[in-house]
Amino acid sequence: MVSQHGVQGVLGEDGIHVDMQHLKSGEVNLGTSIMAINFKDGVILGADSRTTTGAYIANRVTDKLTQVHDTIWCCRSGSAADTQAVADIVSYHLNMYGVVNNEAPSTQVAASLFQELCYENKDSLSAGIIIAGYDPRHGGQVYSIPLGGSLHKQSFAIGGSGSTYIYGYTDAHWKENMTEAEGIDFVRNSLQEAIKWDGSSGGVIRMVVLTKKGAVRHLYLPDTNYTGPGVTN
Amino acid sequence: MPGFDFSNYNRNAALHARGVPLPKATSTGTTIVGCIYDNGVVNCEKLHYIAPKIWCAGAGTAADTEFTTALISSNVELHSLSTGRDPRVITCMTMLKQHLFRYQGHIGAYLVVAGVDPTGVGLYTVHAHGSTDKLPYVTMGSGSLAAMSVFESMWQPDLNKEGAIALCAEAIKAGIFNDLGSGSNVDVCVIEKDKPTQLLRNYEKPNERGQKERNYRFPRGTTAWLNQKVISKEDMKKYVTIETLSGDDNLAAGEKMEVDV
Repeated sequence: MVSQHGVQGVLGEDGIHVDMQHLKSGEVNLGTSIMAINFKDGVILGADSRTTTGAYIANRVTDKLTQVHDTIWCCRSGSAADTQAVADIVSYHLNMYGVVNNEAPSTQVAASLFQELCYENKDSLSAGIIIAGYDPRHGGQVYSIPLGGSLHKQSFAIGGSGSTYIYGYTDAHWKENMTEAEGIDFVRNSLQEAIKWDGSSGGVIRMVVLTKKGAVRHLYLPDTNYTGPGVTN
Repeated sequence: MPGFDFSNYNRNAALHARGVPLPKATSTGTTIVGCIYDNGVVNCEKLHYIAPKIWCAGAGTAADTEFTTALISSNVELHSLSTGRDPRVITCMTMLKQHLFRYQGHIGAYLVVAGVDPTGVGLYTVHAHGSTDKLPYVTMGSGSLAAMSVFESMWQPDLNKEGAIALCAEAIKAGIFNDLGSGSNVDVCVIEKDKPTQLLRNYEKPNERGQKERNYRFPRGTTAWLNQKVISKEDMKKYVTIETLSGDDNLAAGEKMEVDV
């Protein structure tokens, strides 16, 4: 699946074109809209729910928000197989860390584990991951790991194919220290816009709110123009 | 010398260099589906045993689905023996996905894993590259689009056993009739809590051979002829020597064909 128009990706050290967007034929793709933001009391993660194999929607209610520890979650984009494998490995290491040190891992530890895997295996992975977590020492934090395996601490992060459509929107509407309600509206409205313009994104909007009180899941359905039902646990 | 014999590798490389194409593995045109209901799960077509209450439907490369399910079945049984617990569907799914991910999609096994374990009902799909999905109703294989259209229009959250079996059979039939790759009969496997698993082989046979209305055996005398000439043995003797053999097989031994028994 080589890009038809224009060259995407990067040049290898020998000048040979490397298509970073390349997926093996028949591979399940998370053509995605994902994001995570900081707000006053913690972080909010959000994602659409579409996974595709070519033009076919393999799952219309996917959960791309994956728990890797009590209050450390990640948003997955790229290859479904790769991101699931990476998240499973990180989840194993974080749970081990929690038991050995008798203390929950920080969000930074989780992000570093993700980066290690994504950077060392960059040639065989197509995974764009956003990590967001809450720990009592640092509060809410958001980290982004794009395709090459670099690690960026950000106040908010967007990712996936749908994110290209909302760089302007999120930049224009972003505010530091929003309330929870403002944060949820920001994420919901941004993802609604991404879903509208990106054909590879769609379905429901899932969200996870991480605060000192723990993780709370939200769901917003297209049937009601993404107004509800809201909290689901 | 002990060890592996790699001489065929050189032969194959030489053949390939001369333009001999690689042999193609059999890929199964398939419709496989699964659907959960109140206290059980239904699973259809091309079924593989994993554990008494975990079954797998396979699409993709036939040999790969056969051998991966056999391997995981073996490991699941050993795991169950060593833990002293009933095997779980999620354990089986995790073992399958980790195995398939390691082979980066080269093992072309597309599976529907279904079963009942101490935690309840489980239904998953596993793709060849190692990704998994957990859904109340799933389809895979070349007939998956036709089968999914049936689920999407007829599935309800409160199905009973009979309803679930009928719906799965209907979904498989949509695959059989609308997908070129899928065909023949519907197999159903019903896995229920506290009941023995039922494997209903050929649950439905929508493609029975009908009685042919005509045949290709023509009656004697069908072909017309213009003239007939009978040459007697006496006439032949004018031109060639004729020897008559006895009915004894041994006398004609030189003419007899050798046949493997």
